[in-house]
Amino acid sequence: MDALDVSRWQFGITTVYHFIFVPLTIGLAPLIAVMQTVWVVTDNPAWYRMTRFFGKIFLINFAIGVATGIVQEFQFGMNWSEYSRFVGDIFGAPLALEGLVAFFLESSFIGLWIFGWTRLPKLVHLASIWLVAIGVNLSAYFIITANSFMQHPVGSRFNPQTSRAELDSIWALLSNNTGIAAFWHAVAASFLTAATFVAAVCAWWMVRSKGSPDGAALYRPGTILGCWVALVACVALLFTGDTQGKLMFHQQPMKMAAAESLCHTETDPKFSILTVGTHNNCDSITRVIEVPYVLPYLAKGTFSGVTLDGAKDLQAQAVKKFGPNNYIPNLFVTYWSFRAMIGLLVIPGLFALAALWLTRRGRVPDQRWFSWFAVLTIPTPFLASISGWVFTEMGRQPWVVVPNPDGDQLVRLTVREGVSLHGAPVVWVSLLSFTLLYGVLAVIWFYLIRRYVVAGPQEHDSEPVPPTPPTDDEVAPLSFAY
Amino acid sequence: MGLQQFWFIIVTVLFLGFLVLEGFDFGVGMLMEWLARTGSGDVEQRRRAVLNTIGPVWDGNEVWLITAGGAMFAAFPHWYATVFSTLYLPLLVILLVMIARIVAIEWRGKIDDPKWRSWCDVGIAAGSWLPAILWGVAFAVLVRGLPVGPDKNVVGLSFTDVINPYTLLGGLATCALFAFHGAVFVALKTGGSVRGDAVRAAGILSLPATVLVAGFGVWTQLAYGTGWTWAVLAVAVMAQLAAVALARGGAHEGWAFLCTTVVVASVVILLFGSLYPNLVPSTLDPAYNLTIYNGSSSPYTLKVMTWAALIFTPIVLIYQGWTYWVFRKRVFAESIPPSIGLPMRREP
Repeated sequence: MDALDVSRWQFGITTVYHFIFVPLTIGLAPLIAVMQTVWVVTDNPAWYRMTRFFGKIFLINFAIGVATGIVQEFQFGMNWSEYSRFVGDIFGAPLALEGLVAFFLESSFIGLWIFGWTRLPKLVHLASIWLVAIGVNLSAYFIITANSFMQHPVGSRFNPQTSRAELDSIWALLSNNTGIAAFWHAVAASFLTAATFVAAVCAWWMVRSKGSPDGAALYRPGTILGCWVALVACVALLFTGDTQGKLMFHQQPMKMAAAESLCHTETDPKFSILTVGTHNNCDSITRVIEVPYVLPYLAKGTFSGVTLDGAKDLQAQAVKKFGPNNYIPNLFVTYWSFRAMIGLLVIPGLFALAALWLTRRGRVPDQRWFSWFAVLTIPTPFLASISGWVFTEMGRQPWVVVPNPDGDQLVRLTVREGVSLHGAPVVWVSLLSFTLLYGVLAVIWFYLIRRYVVAGPQEHDSEPVPPTPPTDDEVAPLSFAY
Repeated sequence: MGLQQFWFIIVTVLFLGFLVLEGFDFGVGMLMEWLARTGSGDVEQRRRAVLNTIGPVWDGNEVWLITAGGAMFAAFPHWYATVFSTLYLPLLVILLVMIARIVAIEWRGKIDDPKWRSWCDVGIAAGSWLPAILWGVAFAVLVRGLPVGPDKNVVGLSFTDVINPYTLLGGLATCALFAFHGAVFVALKTGGSVRGDAVRAAGILSLPATVLVAGFGVWTQLAYGTGWTWAVLAVAVMAQLAAVALARGGAHEGWAFLCTTVVVASVVILLFGSLYPNLVPSTLDPAYNLTIYNGSSSPYTLKVMTWAALIFTPIVLIYQGWTYWVFRKRVFAESIPPSIGLPMRREP
């Protein structure tokens, strides 16, 4: 493997790890804010206990989300220096804004939330978790804006004097239709992840706490909250996914051709349910199961009269326009990650429907199969999110800035042109260090989350601690300390 | 003043904020073990008292680094690319230990077990000592220069480009300074016996801090400084001497902390002031210097980012400052509540 491959593996591994934890953070912060709001409004202690229970789990997850995120800020410079030079005039801005607008907000107010239960007035404390929720979602917006520039460069033109792409409209950059669709899609995925987690954990506890009043008072409302949010998220994912898909068919036809294993240009091609191949290239695949009408609809919104370019034809066009190279992404990975992303959506959707049905009209289910269903559902949105990112990033290869069919064709860059000029050994050191450290931390994260889920809401979280009275007593115990 | 000069100043300010704030975070992490074991009282409660002086604020403090990196990228992409690709291995070490520190702080209290806590303490210590040294080394490397070639990339980086007497002194200086700064901070933010021990620690640390900072400051000024940076060096030295006097006095921790803050800030301004208008001086040929003129983004990008900075920086300063005000009370070892961590293994 040369330095380019090792760098790509490193970026892929560090980003996928980061995106295991981040969706849970982005989705769970608003859910906890809702739980705490319900408590503040209704004074129902069950919602306080739910807030504290999921809050602890949130903080375990938040920490590793931040920890795996700091690498990302520097990795572009470290491993993709030539990419950074080429797009920095444009790409650096959303990253800087992410820090200035989002990270400061979430990191400052999470400290206030953790330590301020008795130090802040109730509504101010409530506002701090809402600000954390806003901060993490703003962060998603800025980073998706940056990534969407890679997928569909807008608001920029190539400057031959400086040999780089330069920004000519910040508004075009921030309102990139690719970015808007991708942002809502990522947020919906995050909400699905967190809501499924909440619903499934509460469902598991409903079964486990058979006979206890907590089943009806705490876990059932938690399950119902999670399920409704999950279902709305599922619908949002389908709509935003459809929008994104239609954009991608136009903006990145090669990516979608690979996703569909469409090797040759066809009018009204069939949608592939199953394609297999002996080798990972266009000459050795067989489309085993396919259905008509679906693919034209996905691409253009009509059921017929749609011509889609195949991978081999797009390859020929690209060679003519951009020179010799392999412009076809990894077919196997693109095809299967796309399908995994969509297919996995079925599981949390079904779980939410089942859970809502089983909890209808005040019921508190106690079936063991439901408890198992819950546990097995939890990882599915995580896997779907990972599949989605693998799809969209592997599908754009070999481009790191994909040429915009409607834009300045000189704003384009391949991964090979973007990588830093290191030898492979140095990058191997970092790849192995990050993978090892992240692996260890992920195991500890899983252990902690599982430990806290299984332990359930704790005794010391049953009653809200009264606010610290303003006394001269300096040595009053803190409501929380690390 | 042009946009390129303005953004050089903004990046300086962001790194200044990072080193002032995380400077005492690193100091607290470095001193945790020592302050826990000296003096009287329960060791674990003392340890936690020290750690919790930065409890509500350390995460927000770290964002200054992230934003400084982002601002470098946005305003001076060539600087970002050259520095981070060249100082790859030192930065890798910094990142690895800072990651360890983040999870160690947050996860430490989650399990009530002495071995678990020990491991977390190792993470906190590594993530405090190593960055305190390596950031000093990194900035010294920058001021000294690197073998930048004509295409803005470094050619033939050697070990002595990164590790040499000047950069080593820089690392030792920041290490000692952050420890001193941290000790003064703990003295300001704690009460009872921990406060007294922190004052004593600050007294002990004041000597190496003064010697190393003065040495590094004078070397920087003589080798790389310009006219106006003499004034900055003077401010640094005076503030350091004032900090020493106040810290040893034992009653004016607030003023002592203000002084150590000024020292850290002055050292940063001395370094960046010596660097200006270069971003990375070339040790091969001054014609290859990466400067604010040939390393920056386009005027349009700088203008857009300027608006963003002018709007959002005051907002950040206000709410981050407010956080410090909310948690202004001193932390006593006695006010540390018992651990609410779960036992390592579930009860059967």
